[in-house]
Amino acid sequence: MSESIHPAVCSAQPSQRADKNPDAPLFEGAYKERFDHILSRYPNKRAALLPVLNMAQELRGWLSPATITRVAELLELTPDYVRSVASFYTMFQLRPVGRHLIQVCIGIGCDLCGAEEVVEDLLEATGTRIGETSRDGKYTVVEVECLGACGFPTVVQVNDKVYENVKPEDVEGLMKELD
Amino acid sequence: MIKPQKSTRIVTLTIDGREVSVPGGTTIWEAAKSAGIEIPVLCHDPRLRPVGVCRMCVVDVGERVLAASCVRQASEGMKVRTSSDKIHTCRKTLTELLLSDYPAESRREGATGDDMLLALARDYGIDRSDIAIPAGDGRTQDMTSPVIAVDHAACILCDRCIRACDEIQHNDVIGRTGKGYGTRIAFDLNAPMGNSTCVSCGECAAVCPTGALTNKTLTVQIRPREQLKKIDSLCPYCGVGCAITFHIDPDTNTVVFAEGRHSPGSESRLCVKGRYGFDYAKHPQRLTTPLIRREEFYPKGPLSFAVKGERRGKPGGLVDYGEVMPAFREATWEEALDLVASRLKGIKQRSGPSALAGFGSAKCSNEEAYLFQKLVRAVFGTNNVDHCTRLCHASSVAALLETIGSGAVTNVFSDVHNADVAVVTGSNTTANHPVAATFIKDAAASGTTLIVIDSRETGIARHAHHFLRIEPGSDVALYNAMMHVLIGEDLVNHDYIRDFTEGFEALRELVKKYPPELAEGICGVPAATIREVARVFGRANAAIIFWGMGISQHTTGTDNARCLISLALLTGNIGRAGTGLHPLRGQNNVQGASDAGLIPMVYPDYQKVGEPATQKKFEEAWGVPLDPNPGLTVVEIINGALKGTIKGMYMMGENPFLSDPNSNKVRKALANLDFLCVQDIFLTETAEFADVVLPATSFFEKDGTYTNSDRRVQVGRTALQPPGQARLDWQLVCEIATRMGYEMKYAGAEEIFEEFTSLAPSYAGLDYHNLSPTGKLWPCPDPASSDGKQLLFGDGFPTPSRRGKFVPVEYQPAAELPDDEYPFVLNTGRLLEHWHTGTMTRRSKALDAIEPEAVCELNPDDLEAMALKSGDYVNLSTRRGTITLKVRASRGVAPGNVFVPFHFREASANILTNDALDPFGKIPEYKYCAVKVAPAQPPA
Repeated sequence: MSESIHPAVCSAQPSQRADKNPDAPLFEGAYKERFDHILSRYPNKRAALLPVLNMAQELRGWLSPATITRVAELLELTPDYVRSVASFYTMFQLRPVGRHLIQVCIGIGCDLCGAEEVVEDLLEATGTRIGETSRDGKYTVVEVECLGACGFPTVVQVNDKVYENVKPEDVEGLMKELD
Repeated sequence: MIKPQKSTRIVTLTIDGREVSVPGGTTIWEAAKSAGIEIPVLCHDPRLRPVGVCRMCVVDVGERVLAASCVRQASEGMKVRTSSDKIHTCRKTLTELLLSDYPAESRREGATGDDMLLALARDYGIDRSDIAIPAGDGRTQDMTSPVIAVDHAACILCDRCIRACDEIQHNDVIGRTGKGYGTRIAFDLNAPMGNSTCVSCGECAAVCPTGALTNKTLTVQIRPREQLKKIDSLCPYCGVGCAITFHIDPDTNTVVFAEGRHSPGSESRLCVKGRYGFDYAKHPQRLTTPLIRREEFYPKGPLSFAVKGERRGKPGGLVDYGEVMPAFREATWEEALDLVASRLKGIKQRSGPSALAGFGSAKCSNEEAYLFQKLVRAVFGTNNVDHCTRLCHASSVAALLETIGSGAVTNVFSDVHNADVAVVTGSNTTANHPVAATFIKDAAASGTTLIVIDSRETGIARHAHHFLRIEPGSDVALYNAMMHVLIGEDLVNHDYIRDFTEGFEALRELVKKYPPELAEGICGVPAATIREVARVFGRANAAIIFWGMGISQHTTGTDNARCLISLALLTGNIGRAGTGLHPLRGQNNVQGASDAGLIPMVYPDYQKVGEPATQKKFEEAWGVPLDPNPGLTVVEIINGALKGTIKGMYMMGENPFLSDPNSNKVRKALANLDFLCVQDIFLTETAEFADVVLPATSFFEKDGTYTNSDRRVQVGRTALQPPGQARLDWQLVCEIATRMGYEMKYAGAEEIFEEFTSLAPSYAGLDYHNLSPTGKLWPCPDPASSDGKQLLFGDGFPTPSRRGKFVPVEYQPAAELPDDEYPFVLNTGRLLEHWHTGTMTRRSKALDAIEPEAVCELNPDDLEAMALKSGDYVNLSTRRGTITLKVRASRGVAPGNVFVPFHFREASANILTNDALDPFGKIPEYKYCAVKVAPAQPPA
């Protein structure tokens, strides 16, 4: 991979690049090179945890217990610590998610401007409950704390793409776009 | 890594107008405490690293904002106010916020009554009804652990449990999950506590300030401390000898709960056995009346199907009283004691004193051990007295006595902190000496390089910087190769070798024959690793060596220990801080029972039998002539019983049927005895062969001193009244001695200790008064002002030449090697939750709930090859017998090996073990024999 890209930068589209074989060793080939490169940038292995988790999620689509345990082994940390860190960040998925991960901001600004309704409509459109993946494996709707675009409530992020000023009536169009 | 040095700088500050001087680095909270000013705090405990997350301890240091006193360090000239209106308001508001969604019922307040948050609420006069809001989603309860209740709703995320788990016990089970309001503590990968890798040490519940983590009731309902009687005593289990406070309900004569108590050896830490394994003393199966075997049950033999070796009926974890009791009738103490005395006396008159023998126990106190050996020596007239130390560290002690003239540890385990390198070999420390292991793990996390050498990848191996998995029984080859490297690369301490040792030339010549490449072929450790580890060890300024049964329980046990001693002598790692030889003692009083003379070849304090001056000393003290010949050891006594040369035996607290190797042979031997008196707290497997069974007292029911692995002599105090007619063990020994014509009379344990210390120079000066509250290390020349000698042999050894001796040894394979018929290697040992033959721990509710049944462990690859999985039954067979038990997959066990814990009577490991002996220590080879594994049907 190119040296110019920060090793912490990974695709946030989990399942699109997900490795289909969850039993395979975690980082091999190019991923092993990236892993070594990440380690070389930090004073100790613990410091490399976030970018390594990012890469693991890119590869596997989500952070399964097995993946977390493997990351802990690789970085000489304890599994409970790695999970503590992973569970803190909403961008790390601790359950398998759909092809389209729909994150709705429910921070104070969005909440005041009707995020709740947007969430409800999205759940209805996808036929899921919060955090669940739709039967066809396409959608997972989650609530997140703040997407950093408070001037444009409600903010919705689908995989890498951010949608601003989403109103309940925009949901239908959004779903069409995703299909 | 360089170890942090303690500060020598002193800073002076003013706290609430008072001038206080403290060492640099001291926090304001600690400084205030030292001046007698208590600052309220929730997230901090002096045993934990401060994190300052609760903000309750804020003080005014004259800055714009208040400072958290638990993390802010005192600085020169600092002016601190610990109370003011502003501080008061701040703390009160914090308390209100924490209480706003606190459950109406705190489990801690309802039990020990010491919920710190509710105490603060009372202090600040907060009315909870004004502020209460219902707890949010997901703050549930988790009752899956058998011993600890988790109430997430009462958790204030103070982080104490996480630090206790990570930094005190180093189990790394507790972490956190989520963020914001949804944050909770989590076990492993957010598993229920009971399904996690939690080892139930209870440290989290001990430090939790609220009702989030609390102990479950094990006996009678847990109540506040003030309503209970407090007894400062010890843990009855392992050689670490943790100090414990038992909280007793005097009305029901029951231990309600146990807490760690401060002592230099344990620093208030406990493991699952110490904290939760106390209820066996109240088990309904306690023996309460003397029992005599009924006429119709002669000739003697085993009574239960299990002990007969028949596989009938339901396999169970306990002796079936219904099956065994009918063979005995209740008797009065007079009748039972007269019978014991007259039968033993009769055998002595007919067949001579050497037809008698006694087994004491390393679970008995120093006083009981001393009196028991006195009974055998002065009254029976023989030196045939031994105990289970023979089965654990006899070979280590043989090697230590031969080379450095003393069997004692040369340093305490907690000094591992000062070591650059620690070697742990043949020791499953986290299971067998859990609290000693916390000190080793602690050191490994803070700069000590930990080398673990074992055939199994045990819990302590997880913390090792270098883990060497060796082939079972190949220790000598590995250590010889390490010494080969040390000498070859000149990493030895020439000054030390010149000044303090002898026999170096012979060692150098012998280890020349063991280059690492040769050792690699024997022990399976790559030559490069052997070199690397030897260099790490050789370059250390201070290195300490710990070992356990994996070293000693081999036919080459003495050789293994000799190698370890040579390693230490070669590098001068004895007698200084952070150095030493420490064979980790198993039972709570292994060290003491040996010190007190429960050994056939030595009198108390290792004074040799057969030396005329010593014999004279004890003849004068005890007023009778003594046998000048050393007696027989445990396995030799059993062999003697089998041959008929040993006819009468008295056993105090031993259960050789389960603990001795080759049970099928032990069964015949016990049945062959003319007379057997068993003194115990439960009907054991061995008691099935008894003519008389005497009900004794448990650890909780007597005063006595116990000497731990560190040589720390501590006092165990009476916490409970004995059940029924059960009597103190020492009184029973006195009764039998007196009835055999040798008057023994003591006012109490203290008087016996006085007599013992007068004959044992190492214990000179110690008494019950100066041993309180945390004991002393022997030798203790100045008990009034010192804790005893921590480091031994810094200036030479108690050998005739004052030098330590190198004893070079050649590698020899184990006595019984695997072959086509028996292709696996059998290894035996213990589990964290159980103790030896299980008589205590299997009657302890919590411990039995965690590990209820017999299991063996195999490598998953081996299981797969045999189409077996965890939970299936297997038959394990050796040339001596077969057992059937469940199998558990474990990556810790190397392919080709089987590990069987020996606690379980329904699948007794010692039916399988080989009774081949180490020629010097006379210890059987528990850790190696050839075994066959075959799938089996579950027992009917």
